[in-house]
Amino acid sequence: MTAEELNELIEQEVEANKLFVHSINVCVAAGCLSSHADQTLDALKKEVKAKGLDKEIKVKGVGCMGLCAAGPLVEIRDASNAAQVMYQGVQGEHAEQVVASAGKQSVQSLVCDTSIPFFAKQVKIVLENCGLIDPERIEEYIVAEGYRALQKCLQELAPTKVVEEVTKSGLRGRGGAGFPTGLKWATVAKAQNKQKYVICNADEGDPGAFMDRSVLESDPHRVLEGMAIAAYATGANRGYIYCRAEYPLAVKRLKNAIKQAERVGILGQGIMGTTFNFTVEVRLGAGAFVCGEETALIHSIEGKRGTPRPRPPFPAQSGLWGCPTLINNVETFANIPPILRKGGAWFASIGTEKSKGTKVFALAGRVSNTGLVEVPMGMKLREIVFSLGGGIPDGKKFKAVQTGGPSGGCIPEQFLDMEVDYDSIAKVGSIMGSGGMIIMDETSCMVDVAKFFMEFCKSESCGKCVPCRVGTSQMYDILCKVTDGTATPEEIAMLEELCDLLKSTSLCGLGMTAPNPVLTTMKYFRNEYDAHIQGKKCPAGVCKIKAAQEVLV
Amino acid sequence: MNSTLASQIVTLKIDGKDCGARGDETILSVARENGIDIPTLCHYDGLTDIGACRICLVEVKGSPKLFAACSTLVTEGMEVSTNSPRLQRYRKTILELLFSERNHVCAVCVSNGHCELQAMAMKLGLTHVRLPYRYPNLKVDATHTRYVQDDNRCILCQRCVRVCAEIEGAHVWDIMGRGIEARAITDLNEPWGASTSCTSCGKCVHVCPTAAIFEKGKSAGEMVKRSFVSELAAKREVYE
Repeated sequence: MTAEELNELIEQEVEANKLFVHSINVCVAAGCLSSHADQTLDALKKEVKAKGLDKEIKVKGVGCMGLCAAGPLVEIRDASNAAQVMYQGVQGEHAEQVVASAGKQSVQSLVCDTSIPFFAKQVKIVLENCGLIDPERIEEYIVAEGYRALQKCLQELAPTKVVEEVTKSGLRGRGGAGFPTGLKWATVAKAQNKQKYVICNADEGDPGAFMDRSVLESDPHRVLEGMAIAAYATGANRGYIYCRAEYPLAVKRLKNAIKQAERVGILGQGIMGTTFNFTVEVRLGAGAFVCGEETALIHSIEGKRGTPRPRPPFPAQSGLWGCPTLINNVETFANIPPILRKGGAWFASIGTEKSKGTKVFALAGRVSNTGLVEVPMGMKLREIVFSLGGGIPDGKKFKAVQTGGPSGGCIPEQFLDMEVDYDSIAKVGSIMGSGGMIIMDETSCMVDVAKFFMEFCKSESCGKCVPCRVGTSQMYDILCKVTDGTATPEEIAMLEELCDLLKSTSLCGLGMTAPNPVLTTMKYFRNEYDAHIQGKKCPAGVCKIKAAQEVLV
Repeated sequence: MNSTLASQIVTLKIDGKDCGARGDETILSVARENGIDIPTLCHYDGLTDIGACRICLVEVKGSPKLFAACSTLVTEGMEVSTNSPRLQRYRKTILELLFSERNHVCAVCVSNGHCELQAMAMKLGLTHVRLPYRYPNLKVDATHTRYVQDDNRCILCQRCVRVCAEIEGAHVWDIMGRGIEARAITDLNEPWGASTSCTSCGKCVHVCPTAAIFEKGKSAGEMVKRSFVSELAAKREVYE
C-alpha cells in the first residue's frame, strides 16, 4: 500500500462514517464478554434494525473501556465522535432504552459516571484507541492515525534515526525488568547478521494481570505497527508473536489483524512501496509461565522444550535460531507508534526522571474499581489504589498491594505515598513487573499470600536448575508448616537461607525472583509469621492452625 | 564455536592467577587448564553445557551476579573468584537440596564409591543434610535387556539426554514434566525396553553421575563408569 492508497482508504472510511448520526460502542473485550457483552451487542443491533435506525446509528463492538467491574460497558458517541454517555451493566433487555436514548435524555439507571477519578485521572497512550475503535477492522485503526508512524519511518527516517528516537523517548521494557528499549534496539541493529528476528512477548502469565490481553483484544494493529517499526529499525524481516493459548480472543483478533494488514500491503513484501519486507506469525504458548522468560520463549518458538538457558549470550546477540533477535513485550511495542508519531521528546516529557511515559496497571483483588488503568509514571501508589481504584470495599482496612506477580513483592501501607516507577518499587523489594496490582485488605493473611505465590513458582518452575526446582518445593513445604502452626524458628532461618540461595544462584529470572513475595512479607509483616509460629494463631483467620494435640501426634 | 571469538586472545585472572585463553573458551576450561579446580555436576567433557546444576557458579569482579563457569565465555581483563566462602556455602546448600530431592542411599547403591554426587559431597565437606528428605516413590524401569533406569537416584543433570542426542544421535532420552515433577524419560515416556530408537550403546550409562542408569547384574559398589565420550567428541571435531 502506498501513501496515496492509505489516504484514499481513510477518506472512504470517513465518508462512510459521515452517514451515521450516532455510534453505540459496546465493549467486547474479555472482561465484558464474560458478563455477556456479545448478547448485548446482538440485542442492540437487532433493536436498531427493528426501529429502522440502522442508517443513522452504527452499533459496533470495541475494545476495553477499562472499568471491567461494571461490565458490560456501552458508550454512545455522536457524529464528531464525542462521548454522550457511558452505560454500565447493559444487558440485552436494556437495548430498547439504550437505543432510544441516543442523542436524547440518557437512561439514568444505567449511567456510568465518567467524571470519577478512575476515568478522569488516566493518561492514555497505549490504550488511546481502546474502547473507541473496532479491533476487527483495520480501517478504523488507520483512521485513528494508525500506521502513520510506520509510514513516517519508511519514508522519512533512516533506521538509525528510528532507534535514536526510541532512545530519546526513554522508554523502558514494559515486561517487567525495565531494560532501556532504545539500547536493546541499538544492540540488535548493530549486529552483523543478515537474518534477524523481532519477537513480541505476549505470554502474560502473572496471576491477576491482563494488560497485554486487553491491548491485543482491543487494538491489535498497534502491536503489529510497533513490531514493523522495530523490524525496520533493527533490520529484521520476520516477526513472531508468542501469545499464550489461554487468550483465544486475543489470538483470533491478532490473526485477523495480520490477515488484514497483509491484504492492504502493510505487512508482507515491499511495504508501502519501499524495499522493506516484514511478515508476522503467531505462535501459541502451551501454558508454561516460564515461557515468558525470553530464552525459554525462544526455545518454545523453535519447537524445543520451554526451558531457559544461561545468558550471556543475550537474544540481541544470539536469539531465535542463533540469529540476533529483538524481543519486547506487548505494551512496549504498543508505545512505539505514538513515540514515532509525536516524537521521543514528547514521550520523555511524561513520567519521572528515570521512568518515562505511562504504565498500564491491572487493578485486581480487594478494590472497588477492578479493571485497567493507564497512568503516568510517578503517580503515588495511594492515588492509584484509593482514588482511581476507589479504595477498599465493605469498609475494610488496606493491608498491602502486591505488584509484579509471583516475581514481585507485597508493598505495605507505609509506602503508599511512594511514587510508582521502576526504581522506587525495586527499592522496597518488589518489582514493577508487567503491571499487575493485587490489592489486599485485612482479611488476607500475608503468610498465606506468600504460600500462594510460592506454590505458583513451585508448579511453574521448569525443573532445569537445582535451586529453583528443589528450593521452591522445600520453601513451599516450610510455608505450609508456618500456616499449619507447626514451623520452628530453625525452619524460618532455613527459609531465609533458601531465599538468598534462589536469588543468587538460580538460572533464570523465575527462580531469582521467586523469593520476593516471601522476603517482602517477612520484612514488612514479620508479626504475622511470629503469630503463626509462636502464638499458634492466624491474625486474619485464614489459616487452619493445627491444634496442639495434633502437632504432638 | 564462533570463529571471530576463537581468534581473539584474552588475558584474565582466576583466583589471582594470570591466565591466557582463546576468546571462545569457558571460564571452566581455562581454570582447569591452569590447575584450578571448579566443582561441576552437570558438565561433562565433550557435551554441550547447559548450566543446570549451578555447582560451578563463580564470582566475576564488577558484577553482583554469579556466573556458571561451564557456560560463560572468558573476556579480556575478567577477574574470577572460584572458591569464596559465599560460593562454598551455596554449593553445599545446592548439594543438600539434591540429596533431599530423591532417594540417595549410598550403602545399597551399585555406584557406591564411584558416584560423582557422593564424591562431591565428600569433597565439599557435606556431613549432613539440614533439609527434610522428600522420599518420593519413583519408578524403576528394568525393561531394557541390559540396563536399568532408577528415577530415585536421578539428579536431572541431563547428561544422558545430551550424550544420546549429540554423540549417539538417537535422542532416546528427554525430560518430561515441570519443576519438582520433572523426570528423565525414554522416547515418549514408554518403557525403555520397548524403545525402538535406543541402540543399546550404553553411553548414557557411562555418563550418568549417579546410578540413575546402570548395568544389570551389578551388585552394590560394582558399577564403574568408563569415560570415552570426550574422546569420541574430540575425534569428531578433528574430522569435521
